[in-house]
Amino acid sequence: MQVPILKQGPYLIATIQSALTDADMIELRDALVERVGSNRSQGVIIDVTALDVMDSFATGTLQDVAHMVRLRGAETVIVGIQPDVAFAMVHMGLNLEGVATSLDLEEGLAYLDRSTNAATGR
Amino acid sequence: MKQAELAAETRLSVASERDIVRARMRGRAMAVELGFPAVTATLVATAISELARNILLYARRGEIALWVLERGGRRGIEIVAGDDGPGIHDVTRALQDGYSTSGRLGLGLPGVRRLMDAFEISSRPGVGTSVRVQKWND
Repeated sequence: MQVPILKQGPYLIATIQSALTDADMIELRDALVERVGSNRSQGVIIDVTALDVMDSFATGTLQDVAHMVRLRGAETVIVGIQPDVAFAMVHMGLNLEGVATSLDLEEGLAYLDRSTNAATGR
Repeated sequence: MKQAELAAETRLSVASERDIVRARMRGRAMAVELGFPAVTATLVATAISELARNILLYARRGEIALWVLERGGRRGIEIVAGDDGPGIHDVTRALQDGYSTSGRLGLGLPGVRRLMDAFEISSRPGVGTSVRVQKWND
């Protein structure tokens, strides 16, 4: 597994640490959808700070993760989209519609606390 | 679009998902070496990622060639994505947003066209596809 997934209270935090292949992205998707159940998690944070590009495949897969996790009863928030990456996404016409985003990990945790009633009491 | 080629051609074979990552990283490094700002280097890397994935998805193998361009003191990068795959039957439709024969988003080719300064595609069914794009540092 290329992307470590940490359990923090009611949430799962996946931190992407390098460029990922399409297969790595799919593996991350499936692992998160599975672990939402096995850990009974209420929320998922995917930190994409270190992701080099967000192309149509990466965007589509993250959208799939968010929708699948929601169908499993949890919320997803994507954090750490870099300014250059955001610029490229907007120019390509990729918008992550229907997926929550936050500036960074801290804001992502605050978002999940607000949206899941599973406040971690930080 | 061939008027302004400088040497420094890099040919990268695309036959696996790992090659997609390798090609876009090489393209980004090339853009940075040429003095492109980071944001433009990201556009180049993103375009290469889409073009390389199209090769893998539709032709299974092919090649990305990177060229350094120079015109009137400005520098640019030309990316040529070529394959001997089945070709695109309807190029006009392939360039429409939301059209995909692979079941994905269908934003790849039209997205690449929006990211780049110049875009040219030629495809012959049964012969292959070549997409040539340019990005200038301005």
